[in-house]
Amino acid sequence: MPPVLQIIDLKDSQATRSYLTKQTLRSWLLTTDHKRVGLLYLYTIIVFFAVAASAAAVMRLNLLTPRGDLVQAETYNKLFTMHGVLMVWFFLIPSIPSVLGNFLLPLMLGARDLAFPKLNLLSWYIFVFGGGIALYALLIGGVDTGWTFYTPYSSTYSNSHVALMAAGVFVAGFSSILTGLNFIVTTHKLRAPGLTWFRLRLFVWSLYATSVILVLATPVLAMTLTLMALERIWKVGVFDPALGGDPLLFQHLFWFYSHPAVYIMILPGMGVVSELIAAFSRKRVFGYTFVAFSSLAIALLGFLVWGHHMFVSSQSVFAGVIFSFLSFLVAIPSAIKVFNWTATLYRGSISLDTPMLYAIGFIGLFTIGGMTGLFLATLAVDVHVHDTYFVIAHFHYIMVGGMVMAFMGGLHFWWPKISGRMYPELLGKMTAIVTFLGFNLTFFPQFILGYLGMPRRYHAYPEQFQVYNVLSTAGASILGLGYVLPLCYLIWSCCYGKPAGNNPWGAKGFEWETTSPPPSENFEKPPVQTEEAYAYPVPSSEPITE
Amino acid sequence: MSWALLIAQIQFLPDQASKMAGRVDLLFIYLIAITGTVTLAVAGVTLFFLAKYRRNAAADRSPPASSSLPVEITWSVIPLVIFIALFGFGAKIYFRESVDPRDALEVHVIGKQWMWKLEHLQGKREINELHVPLDQTVKLVMTSQDVIHSFFLPSFRIKEDVLPGRYTTQWFTPQKVGTFPIFCAQYCGTNHALMIGQVVVLDAADFAAWLRTGRETASVAQRGEQLFHSLGCSGCHSPQAAVRAPLLEGLYGSRVPLTDGRIVNADMRYIRDCILLPKTEIVSGFDPVMPSFQDRVSEDELFALITYIKSIGSPQPEVTVPDR
Ligand code: HEC
Ligand SMILES: [Cu+2]
Ligand SMILES: [Cu+2]
Repeated sequence: MPPVLQIIDLKDSQATRSYLTKQTLRSWLLTTDHKRVGLLYLYTIIVFFAVAASAAAVMRLNLLTPRGDLVQAETYNKLFTMHGVLMVWFFLIPSIPSVLGNFLLPLMLGARDLAFPKLNLLSWYIFVFGGGIALYALLIGGVDTGWTFYTPYSSTYSNSHVALMAAGVFVAGFSSILTGLNFIVTTHKLRAPGLTWFRLRLFVWSLYATSVILVLATPVLAMTLTLMALERIWKVGVFDPALGGDPLLFQHLFWFYSHPAVYIMILPGMGVVSELIAAFSRKRVFGYTFVAFSSLAIALLGFLVWGHHMFVSSQSVFAGVIFSFLSFLVAIPSAIKVFNWTATLYRGSISLDTPMLYAIGFIGLFTIGGMTGLFLATLAVDVHVHDTYFVIAHFHYIMVGGMVMAFMGGLHFWWPKISGRMYPELLGKMTAIVTFLGFNLTFFPQFILGYLGMPRRYHAYPEQFQVYNVLSTAGASILGLGYVLPLCYLIWSCCYGKPAGNNPWGAKGFEWETTSPPPSENFEKPPVQTEEAYAYPVPSSEPITE
Repeated sequence: MSWALLIAQIQFLPDQASKMAGRVDLLFIYLIAITGTVTLAVAGVTLFFLAKYRRNAAADRSPPASSSLPVEITWSVIPLVIFIALFGFGAKIYFRESVDPRDALEVHVIGKQWMWKLEHLQGKREINELHVPLDQTVKLVMTSQDVIHSFFLPSFRIKEDVLPGRYTTQWFTPQKVGTFPIFCAQYCGTNHALMIGQVVVLDAADFAAWLRTGRETASVAQRGEQLFHSLGCSGCHSPQAAVRAPLLEGLYGSRVPLTDGRIVNADMRYIRDCILLPKTEIVSGFDPVMPSFQDRVSEDELFALITYIKSIGSPQPEVTVPDR
C-alpha cells in the first residue's frame, strides 16, 4: 500500500473505530469497556474533588482570623469532616487506580479488557451509590466526627448523620474490593505473550501491590464502621466504656485499615512517577527489580505500623517502641524508590515536558513528606506534634504533594492517549510550577504551626498562630488556581487540541503502539512483548533540538 | 491586625518551660539537620542531572549499568543505620517520659465537653487553669467524663489522651515561671477549639500563698473519707461490719489474689473497677456481694474515694503539698 493511502486508512479507522466514537448516554452507562469505565470514574471523582476542595477553601478562609469569624464551630467541624471523607474515600483512593489504572492496565498488559469487565462497571455503580449516600448525608446536615470517626464521640455523642455517612463509606469500600480483585486477576491471567512478570511496567507492579492492600484491608474498615454503627443505633457495647466497650479498640481497628490505606493513596502515584521518569529520560528505570519489590515491601510492612497513630493514646510503652521501629523500617523501601528515580536521570536524555515537571515536583514533595514522616515515627517528637498541624502538613505532602501531583502528571502524560489530542504545553508547564509553589506556600507553614503547638481541627486559635495561617491561606488560593487551570484547558483540548498521533512522547509500551484514542478492542492485533520494559535505544550524546 | 504585628509573631520553637522540652527540641533539630541534608542532596543531584542531561545539551550518554546490587545495598543500609539511631534517641526520651516520677505533686484532671476540671490533693480546684510550683515535678492523673480528649502542654512538649473509663498519666517539671498554654489536642466535638487553658508556674512562695487563697477546703482524701461513710462503704469494709468484706487498709499497691486464680496489682485502675464493676474481679475468699456504684458516683467522687483508700494504705501517706 502506498504511504499516503496508509495514512488515510489510519485516519479512517481512527474516526470510525475509536472507543469514543459512539456517544449515546446508553453506550456510556452500559459500557463494559475499561477505558470508558475509567472515564466514568474520572468524571465522578472530579465532582467529589470539587466539593471537598471547596470545603477546604472555606476552612482556610475561616482560619485567616484567630477567632474564626467566617463560619461557626459546628459548621467548621462539618466542613473538615466532609473534606476528609470525600478526599480520602471518594477522591484519593479511586484516583489513580480507578481512573488511570482502569484505562491503562489492560493496555499495558496487551489485553482486550480487564478480566471481569461487567464487574468493573458494577464497581463504578457501587462507587456512585456509596458516594450518593455520602452526599445525601452532607445535604441533610452533614457529619461532625472527622473522617476518623473516633469513638465514643461518633458512636454516642455526635448528633449528626454519622451512621448514614458510615454507610456511604461502607458501600464504596466494596467498589475498592472488586476493583482490587479485578486488577489482581487481570495481571495474573491476561498478560500478552512474552510479557513475563519482570517485563511488566512498574505502574503495573504498583497497581498490583495496591490491589493486594485494597482486598485485604478494606474488609476491616467495613467491619469497624459496622460495629460503630451498631453501637450508635442499637447501643451494642463495643467501643463506648459507658456500655462496657473499649474506645481504643476502635482506633486499633480503624488504623489497621487506614494506615495501609495511606499506601493505597501513594503506591499508584509512585508507579506513575516511575513511568514518567523513564519516558522523559528515555531510559530504563534504574534498579527495576528493587523498585518493583519495594512496592510489595511497602504493601506488606504497611500492615504492621498502625500503632504509630496511637503513641499518646495510652497504648503500652512496649507497643509504642515496636511500632516506632517498624515505622522507620517502612520508610526504607520508599527511600529506595526515590534514590532509584534520581539515579535513572543519570546519563538520560531528559526533556522537561509538563508530565515530567509534575514527576520532579512529586519527588521533591514526596521526599519532604517522607522525611517528616520520620519525625512522626520518632517517639518523643511525635508525643509533641501528634494531633497538631505538623501531622496535617506531613500527610498533605504525601497525599497532595505526592498523589495528586502524580495523578496530574499521569493525566497529562496519557491525555493524548485518552482523548487523542494534545493539551497546550506551555500552559501545562506553567500550571505545574504554580501548583508546586502554591502547594509549598500552603503547607510548609503548617509544619511550623504544628511544632509551635497549634492542634488540628481547631475552628479558632490563639493569636500567636495567625501569621502562619495567613501564609497558608494565601498559598491555598494559588494552589486552587493550579487545579482550575487544567480543568479548563484539558476540556478545551478535547475540541481544539492538535491531534496527538499514536506516540507523541516517543515512549515505550503497548499503549503507545495502538491508536490515540485506542479502538474499543484496544489493539488491531494482539501485541507480543519481545524485550524488557523500557528498552529505550541508547540516546545520542549530541544535543537534540526539536 | 497589622502586618507589622503579624511579622512580629514569627517564631519557630514554642517556649521551653522544662528540661524535657529542651531534650525534645534537640532531637527535633537533629532530625531537621539529617533529613534536611538528605533532602537537599537529593534535590541537588536531581537538578544537576536535569541540567546536565537535558535533551538539547551534549553530554556523555553511554549507557551506565541499569541496576547494581552494591549500590542498592549502600543506599538501603546507610538510611537504616541513621534510622536506628534516631529511633533509639526518640525511644530513650519516651522511656523517660513514661516512668512514674517519684515525689511528684499529684493533680487530678477531668476532661469534659468542653472544659478541664483540675483538682489538687490539698483540695483546691480549678477550671482550665493549673497552678504549679517551680521545679516541682507534677504528675497529672487524668480521666474523661464523656469522649476522648487530649491534654497537651506544648511548652513542656508533652501530651497524653484523656479517656473515659480509665486513668492515664503524664508528668512534667516546670523550670520557668510564667503562663503556658493548655490545649485539647484530640477532637472532641463542637467546641473542641475552646477547650484551652493555661498552666501558671509560680515560685514556691507564691504557690504556697496561692494555695491559701479562697475558701478553706477539705483535702481530697478527707472528702473521700466522708464519701466512704455516706455511700455506705464503711458498712461493709470495717472491722465491725456484719458483712464479710476485705479491709482496705494497706490495699493500695499490694497484690490481690482473685477467685479466678489471677493475682492483680491494686492500682487506681483496680480500685476504680472494684467500685464500678465489682463483679469482674472478685477477691479470693469473699462472696460477690458488693453492689456496683456505676451510676452513683461521679468521676471526681471516684478520685476522692481512691485517694482516701490510697491514704489509708501506703506506709507514708502521700501527702503532697511540698512545704517550701
Ligand atoms: C455490701 C457490702 C459492700 C459495700 C456496701 C461495699 N463493698 Fe467493697 N467489697 C465488698 C466485698 C464482699 C468485697 C470482696 C469481694 C469482691 O471483690 O467483690 C469488696 C471488695 C472491695 C474492694 C477490693 C478489695 C481488695 O482487697 O481487693 C474495694 C477496693 C472495695 N470493695 C471498695 C468499696 C468502696 C469504695 C465501697 C463504697 C463506695 C464499697 N466497696 C462498698 C463488699 C462491699
Ligand atoms: Cu500511619
Ligand atoms: Cu478536644
